[in-house]
Amino acid sequence: MLISFYILAALAVGGALSVVLFRSPVYCALSLVATFLCLAGIYVLLNSEFVAAIQVLIYAGAIMVLFLFVIMLLNLRSDKPLRHSWTWPKLLGIGFAVAIIFQLIGIFHSPAARMGPAGKYSTEYLQQKGAVEVVGEVLFTEYVLPFEIISILLMVAVVGAVILAKRREPASTEQTP
Amino acid sequence: MLLEQYLPVLALIFLALGLGVALTLVSILLGPKKITPAKKKPFESGMPSDGAQYRRYSVRFYMVALTFLIFDVEIVFFYPWAVKFRELGFYGLGVMSVFFVILTLGLVYDWKKGALEWE
Repeated sequence: MLISFYILAALAVGGALSVVLFRSPVYCALSLVATFLCLAGIYVLLNSEFVAAIQVLIYAGAIMVLFLFVIMLLNLRSDKPLRHSWTWPKLLGIGFAVAIIFQLIGIFHSPAARMGPAGKYSTEYLQQKGAVEVVGEVLFTEYVLPFEIISILLMVAVVGAVILAKRREPASTEQTP
Repeated sequence: MLLEQYLPVLALIFLALGLGVALTLVSILLGPKKITPAKKKPFESGMPSDGAQYRRYSVRFYMVALTFLIFDVEIVFFYPWAVKFRELGFYGLGVMSVFFVILTLGLVYDWKKGALEWE
């Protein structure tokens, strides 16, 4: 159990590092897929299969397709080398990273981060009933109105995408042969 | 622990990895190596490639991906519903029908506006 967590965590960190270190943006995107899949494995270890399924379906599937299309749209060139010098944005980034690490260490050592009183949805409850069943139970009874509102939100997104695409259509039809 | 249920998934991952590595190795070790200019092309039997590897693609690809993403999110909500289908019964069917009809309105709008056509 702990071993599988460490393996998945190491793979996730390795994937995240290769996202930053690869030169080709397509390789970076594919490394991000590996990171997402490892995160899905960690979610399974945390007894939340539904989040793991979302991670694979939405993030590793759809979002990555979107990322790849953005890379293709942006016309990034791999033969143009990136500048590697110690500029001030880089130093600022390192400073922020160190600050976040210290903040995380502080949070994990603070008394507020200790376990609160146990709620209804304990680990045993989730293991016994299954995370997806529990999500379905709550989503379709207690939170049925937010669930229906999600459909309206998604419909707005569909309509918005069409409106954005159609707005630039007259210009593109003149240019394309 | 529940984790033993995921052992087949792990076995599948290792089997897939092993098969890929084994087939590549066998092809490297046993295959003849006669390199001709035609064989060094990315697509041996395809059209001759021209231009740079990186070129800009039409924004329509992005729109297709965006539409795919939205309906993928829709599918995710079907997953807990399908798991709880028997318990929820007709109530669940009604709730999901409302969800589905609202999203189908979006699809109908797409269709009528011609967003699904490539042009």
